[in-house]
Amino acid sequence: MIPLPFAWLVALRFLREGRMQTALILSGVTAGVAVIIFLTALIEGLQANIIARTLGTQPHVVVRPVEDAARPVMERTGPPVAAVIEKRAQRLRSIDQWERVVPVIEATPGVVAVSPMVSGPAFAVRGNASKSVALLGVEPERYLRVVKFRDYMVAGEFRLSGTDALIGVDLSRDLGVTLGDKLRIASSQNRDDVVTIVGIFDVGNKEVNQRWVFLPLRLTQNLLDLVGGVSNIDATVERLFDAETVARRVEAQTGLQAESWMQTNAQLLSALKNQTLTNRLIRGFVILIVALGIASVLVVSVVQKSKEIGILRAMGASRRNIMSVFLLQGAVYGFAGSLAGVLLGFGLVSAFSGVFRNPDGSVFFKPAVDLEIVVSACITALLIGLVAAALPARRASRLDPVTAIRNG
Amino acid sequence: MAESVLRLEAVRKSYNVGQPNEAEVLHGISAELQAGEFVALVGPSGSGKSTLLNIVGLLERPTGGEVFIRGENATALDEAGVTRLRGRTLGFVFQFHHLIPAFSALENVMMPQIIDRGRPEPAMAANARELLARVGLADKAASRPNQLSGGQQQRVAIARALAARPALVLADEPTGNLDSKSADDVFALMREFNQEQGIAFLLVTHDPRLAARCDRVIELFDGRVVDGATVA
Repeated sequence: MIPLPFAWLVALRFLREGRMQTALILSGVTAGVAVIIFLTALIEGLQANIIARTLGTQPHVVVRPVEDAARPVMERTGPPVAAVIEKRAQRLRSIDQWERVVPVIEATPGVVAVSPMVSGPAFAVRGNASKSVALLGVEPERYLRVVKFRDYMVAGEFRLSGTDALIGVDLSRDLGVTLGDKLRIASSQNRDDVVTIVGIFDVGNKEVNQRWVFLPLRLTQNLLDLVGGVSNIDATVERLFDAETVARRVEAQTGLQAESWMQTNAQLLSALKNQTLTNRLIRGFVILIVALGIASVLVVSVVQKSKEIGILRAMGASRRNIMSVFLLQGAVYGFAGSLAGVLLGFGLVSAFSGVFRNPDGSVFFKPAVDLEIVVSACITALLIGLVAAALPARRASRLDPVTAIRNG
Repeated sequence: MAESVLRLEAVRKSYNVGQPNEAEVLHGISAELQAGEFVALVGPSGSGKSTLLNIVGLLERPTGGEVFIRGENATALDEAGVTRLRGRTLGFVFQFHHLIPAFSALENVMMPQIIDRGRPEPAMAANARELLARVGLADKAASRPNQLSGGQQQRVAIARALAARPALVLADEPTGNLDSKSADDVFALMREFNQEQGIAFLLVTHDPRLAARCDRVIELFDGRVVDGATVA
């Protein structure tokens, strides 16, 4: 064994000697770190869950043509002629030259997948029953890269060619149709076609299950009288929370309108942000309490050990030596406590991941051992230990040896 | 001619400097110790013995005058330099042994060398064992201070004071709280090391019997050296 340097030797011996103090403060640090780990895992799990649910059927970024706007009759500089400019009704339009736009969006940094789509209103008719639906014309391979729709299929599969159609479970119940049945789709452009149901999905949202009908892109273009056109382009981004930045980038590149999921779900996002803030606040307070605990234990320890400090100083130990002895004790409290806290925290996470469950019974959050959290927790605790020890260590190093030996 | 291990030149010490209760306790002490000398420092309570010993031990700075340790002017050194000089040239034996309870007898003896070199080395343990054997405590190396008697603790403290081979050992009433048998043993031990290894001792004592057995006596009275008290 390599012999320990002087400061380590004395620090560890002092820690061992004050067994009770050491045990108490270590449990304090352990509990604090465990709370942080557990809370962070819980909130991150919760948020990931909510986001996964929200974005289950939504693309990260939707690119649309710029809205039609009424142009003022007069020059901008002249006196206003009409006080009120009526907004124009937005007609269904194709993105201009979308085949050229798609590669531009694909090349935008942060974008990982792009899927053109044509969508519009129609009716699904079977016998006397007719339901109002939303048509979504997509290229299946591209679309599946943007939205993981395959997971929602309860019957058949996600494939679209010729006159294939995919409908939701609620629509299939309403119309009394199932796999292999035929259905007539009539659009408001007075076009209609007969499609065959090849798949049924359930996304867990009644509105979507009742209204969405997936058709091949070409067929939908015909039905909506938008031959060769697409109404919007969906994109997936690499990092979820970069969606807004990527959307602005796409706008700049294409001159089209791009909307991120963060704009569409602004309310959800602000709720998530508040939650994260609360978590940070709690974390900050726990860190403060841990630091105060370490500092107060060391202040007492300096008083208890003042005689020993005086003797060591008389035998040639420098102020810096003495300071190191107490800084090291703080560091050991922080580091050892955080290691134990990480273990306890993950223990709690895996114990509770069996308790918290989604409505469908799946686990709410996965007890993942995130090495990054472990390392950052230990480093943070180490630094906190050092900072907390700074004041007591300074006091120890400034003790006058004569007074310390006489009064100790 | 013998080498000088300690020279005091007109050393003064005042407390509460600049305040209404300013008091000078040492009024210009000059003295010299040669290598290998065994000197007693005597005087009534309040005569300034402890203050002088602290100044010689470089634990306190004089307000005036100069302290030379082995010819090096300690008053001119900074805090770190003083600490280094103290660790390398001086050994301490206190009235109440002052061993460190967290360490064994052996580790306590090694401590001055560990501090000097920064970490323990095998040679230090061997040296410490030898010293413990010399003070008759070879079998107590692993014992903690609280497992030893007062006399045994003081003998460990002597071994510790000698571990780093100092030029001068300062002893503040080392036998003050021991029974007369243990006191005699401890004194004899210090004398032995003094004669064998030529280490100088400066011994504060109240016991005229012990003072009489020293090479020389320096007597302090009211912060001054009493002339003519030097015993050959």
